[in-house]
Amino acid sequence: MLQDQDRIFTNLYGQQHFGLQAAMKRGVWDGVKEMVTRERGDIIDDVKASDLRGRGGAGFPTGMKWSFMPPDDRMDDRPHYLVVNADESEPGTCKDREILRNDPHRLLEGMVVACRAMGAHTGYIYIRGEFYNEASNVQVAIDEAYDAGLLGKNSKLGWDVDIHLHRGAGAYICGEETALLESLEGKKGQPRLKPPFPAGAGLYGCPTTVNNVETIAVVPEILRRGVSWWTGLGPERNRGTKLFCVSGHVNKPCNVEEEMGIPLRELLEKHCGGVRGGWDNLLTIIPGGSSVPCLTSSVCGDIKMDFDTLRAAGSGLGTAAVIVMDKSTDIIRAIERLSHFYMHESCGQCTPCREGTGWMWRVLGRMCEGRSSREEIGMLFDVTKQIEGHTICALGDAAAWPVQGLIRNFRPVIEERIDRFVAGQSGADMPVAAE
Amino acid sequence: MSDITVKVDGVEVAVPAGSNVLQACEAAGVEVPRFCYHDRLSVAGNCRMCLVQLENERGMAPKPAASCATPVAPGLMIHTKTEAVQKARKGVMEFLLINHPLDCPICDQGGECDLQDQAMAYGMDRTRYQENKRAVTEKYMGPIVKTIMTRCIQCTRCVRFATEVAGVEEIGLVQRGEHAEISTLEKAINSELSGNLIDVCPVGALTSRPYAFHARPWELRKTPSVDVFDAVGSNIRIDTRGKEVLRVQPRLHEDVNEEWLADKARYAVDGLKRQRLDRPYVREDGKLRPASWDEALGLVLDKLKSTQADKIGAIVGDQVEAESMFALGSLMNGLGVKNLDCRQDGAKVGGGERGAYLFNTGIAGLEEADAILLVGTNPRWEAPLINARMRKRFLKGGLTVMGIGQPHDLTYEVDWLGDSPALLSAMPQEALDVLKAAKNPVVILGGDALTRNDGAEIAHAAFQLLKLADGLRDDWNGFNVLHTAASRVAGLDMGFVPGEGAQDTAAMIAGGVDLLYLLAADEVDTSALSDTFVVYQGHHGDRGAHAADVILPGAAYTEKNGTYVSTEGRVQFGRLAVFPPGDAREDWTIIRALAGQLGVDLGFDSLIELRQKMIEAVPSLAVADTLPVESLTSVGIAGLIDGQALSAAIDNYYMTDPISRASKTMAECSQVFGTSEAEKATGTHG
Repeated sequence: MLQDQDRIFTNLYGQQHFGLQAAMKRGVWDGVKEMVTRERGDIIDDVKASDLRGRGGAGFPTGMKWSFMPPDDRMDDRPHYLVVNADESEPGTCKDREILRNDPHRLLEGMVVACRAMGAHTGYIYIRGEFYNEASNVQVAIDEAYDAGLLGKNSKLGWDVDIHLHRGAGAYICGEETALLESLEGKKGQPRLKPPFPAGAGLYGCPTTVNNVETIAVVPEILRRGVSWWTGLGPERNRGTKLFCVSGHVNKPCNVEEEMGIPLRELLEKHCGGVRGGWDNLLTIIPGGSSVPCLTSSVCGDIKMDFDTLRAAGSGLGTAAVIVMDKSTDIIRAIERLSHFYMHESCGQCTPCREGTGWMWRVLGRMCEGRSSREEIGMLFDVTKQIEGHTICALGDAAAWPVQGLIRNFRPVIEERIDRFVAGQSGADMPVAAE
Repeated sequence: MSDITVKVDGVEVAVPAGSNVLQACEAAGVEVPRFCYHDRLSVAGNCRMCLVQLENERGMAPKPAASCATPVAPGLMIHTKTEAVQKARKGVMEFLLINHPLDCPICDQGGECDLQDQAMAYGMDRTRYQENKRAVTEKYMGPIVKTIMTRCIQCTRCVRFATEVAGVEEIGLVQRGEHAEISTLEKAINSELSGNLIDVCPVGALTSRPYAFHARPWELRKTPSVDVFDAVGSNIRIDTRGKEVLRVQPRLHEDVNEEWLADKARYAVDGLKRQRLDRPYVREDGKLRPASWDEALGLVLDKLKSTQADKIGAIVGDQVEAESMFALGSLMNGLGVKNLDCRQDGAKVGGGERGAYLFNTGIAGLEEADAILLVGTNPRWEAPLINARMRKRFLKGGLTVMGIGQPHDLTYEVDWLGDSPALLSAMPQEALDVLKAAKNPVVILGGDALTRNDGAEIAHAAFQLLKLADGLRDDWNGFNVLHTAASRVAGLDMGFVPGEGAQDTAAMIAGGVDLLYLLAADEVDTSALSDTFVVYQGHHGDRGAHAADVILPGAAYTEKNGTYVSTEGRVQFGRLAVFPPGDAREDWTIIRALAGQLGVDLGFDSLIELRQKMIEAVPSLAVADTLPVESLTSVGIAGLIDGQALSAAIDNYYMTDPISRASKTMAECSQVFGTSEAEKATGTHG
């Protein structure tokens, strides 16, 4: 369990003010000047050595991502951009929101350091449109930082960074990095084809790196406390601390910063007061936001919460948004609801996702009642496989995985439902999702 | 650029660097199915039909990749026949079909539908989809494009065509997910190239409104020919069934029309069935009455015999092929007539060097230009495909376009310097600098300038300006004349212009002759011809026929074999697709019959002999489908240019000739696009 002194987000719960003065008391902006005077390569080397993996869901090594940017700005006269993805829309995920709301200066200092590391002088924060108060707080923080000479021309820190806040218009797909760039450019939010990757041609065709809020916000702390502090936490290749968002059927749903690799059961019982009705009442959890497959309760008992372990278990850490469901849940209905979400949020650009998400949702809708057949379960699985990996962006995968998780882990439940429907029994005694 | 060697299904193939995987597969002769990819549009990569597996030295890529969107790299191994690829294609095909209505029996695209063909090759034989299908409301896109949007597969080819090639950002994908729809927001697509949307649409979502429910592609006889509605010389295919021309489609010609075609060329053909002259007429007591060929020809013969040669004149129209022009010229020559003109609009061109009236850079040559000066022209209406080529060049960057004349929206940025042609000899310094700095400057002279009284002076000044800007070198001739008449260059080539001291069009139509022979000439003002005996030989009951005393029914361009020379000087051949209606005859045979009875020996009795004669007289007509290289030393006449503003020669793109004036589709188009009232029309307005 994470020691208090190892926490990065010391104002996660907003007990203190989010503003500059209070943030500085918490140590934010401390030593940033020294950090930005370092060579670009040095900073990237440190980030690489820290094994920091992106906190947005895919877990791509951050240092490597930064190193894709043109290393020498004299070689390339295009401006470089850092774009922070604050379009946090994944169902179950609410970690960036707390950073934006209660500790925005951590993000800003991180952006200055990251801009230095990739030779950028301009940073954009693309914030989810629904985050009205958060956007307001971030803007206040930006204004404070400008007034304090931390941002803008002739910065006190020695590296000029301009930061612009852009509010999205309420589309989940704009959290996909290239769709986000399209949206930021004023176009319709649809993912771009890759290659070219944003590091080669991103925002306005210039080298761009898109990072998650949490990723950027932890970087200064890693540099301040040293790489060895960070690598001392968490298992190999999954170092450091992580914000977990636990929701659903636990006694005390919460956001909490914990060490990577914390056993799931420990996370739920220490911080969330345990599963409602006791551990044995657990039906399933979705460990990383709505787009990863669910895990059966038998696996949940001793699984550790990190990228590699969860991937090996057929799921993923994703955004570390743990959705807990107890035995009162109608799991088919729960996944059907997620499926509806993906159908609704599909951008419609490429075929498998546009057509497949609606198909899956409709089949699941019938399966909720049992109005289906056993053969159709196999067909549904086949449809998810036809979507997975065949789309431009990862939304297709994200839509397919929860359904695959359902079929892999709860096939008997679906079959039973179908059999009951065929037998003409009503569904009156079926479990219903307890909200 | 050097070639890159890749392996497609184990077979090595070298492709130019910068190619994509799909092109590499094509080079290797491996078919890759696709819907959204179109080699003249940007890559969208959204249909996912062209997925292939890629392998490099690090091994097989984990996911299949869209071949259209993946560039080739040395040593890449492309697999198109693996199980994963087959499965991916089958899956995508299934997704495309679940919400497709499968109404092929009543779909106009049937038989030439990519979705139909590829479903046969890659699809399943039954559906697993048991839900209700999606239905999409129809959209209004104007009189040409008919929509059945439920069939749409959201490939966005139409959006990309409109945005990139046509330059009108009027089509887009609205909504998202399975509600995504192609829409123009209930507006007609205001482009002269909108017919191409129908061609690029791989399914039956956008089909031709005039052609709706007329025929199946396999019922049509296809005749390759050349378009005559402008002087571009677009290559076309005439699709006919029985005696009817049902539609005109573009044929690929990289140097001329690529694979596009202007709307007038495509949709004016319904005019071929209306207002036709299918029998001879003579005027009696002020009224035209049907007559026999013998009677009509007899009347013309009498008049020709009884009229002095200097009181006979002949004008040829804009769509006449070289053969009948040559035949008429020979006949008139035999009679000693010198009052000849092939320039109905009175353009001050011809007589000098051939290069002085050609589009010397060629259409494809415009892609080398880096500065273009438009003088008195609206290429968007005079030659939509040349305009599209300029837009294509513009989008590549590094092209400055300047214009003298009435400002038009040409779909690219034009710096309009003013509307007075006097600017040519007093160019603003900045504009002059642009031309001088350009490596390959181009001047395009259009009808607005050439048809003025000082047309020759304007041409001269434009030429001098081009020389000043070093636009006339051994390797570059940037002097371009943009004609609008398909017959014009051939007419000038064979010298169908007034002889020494003879009358030109203006003098003839002012009543300067007693007998005027109009060969399909309808764009002249006939109001002063009441005392003139007018012989009209042509195919439509249009202006010329209304003024005629004798009408000799001829053939339209789809009904005769003929040679046309485009504004570039490119010699191309139109072919007979259907026979002329009723008693109408191919034009040269009518003239040959007259000559025979007049005792004038034309020296030919068949089309082949005519062509041989014609080529002897005009050697340039013997070189088929080649861009001529002409020397050029002088153009026009040095002299004072009138400061008067240039006016627009074409006021309605959809009504410029007898065929389009007889066309119902073109009438609808001019109603929608031609007037300011039309701008407000929504399709549901009344």
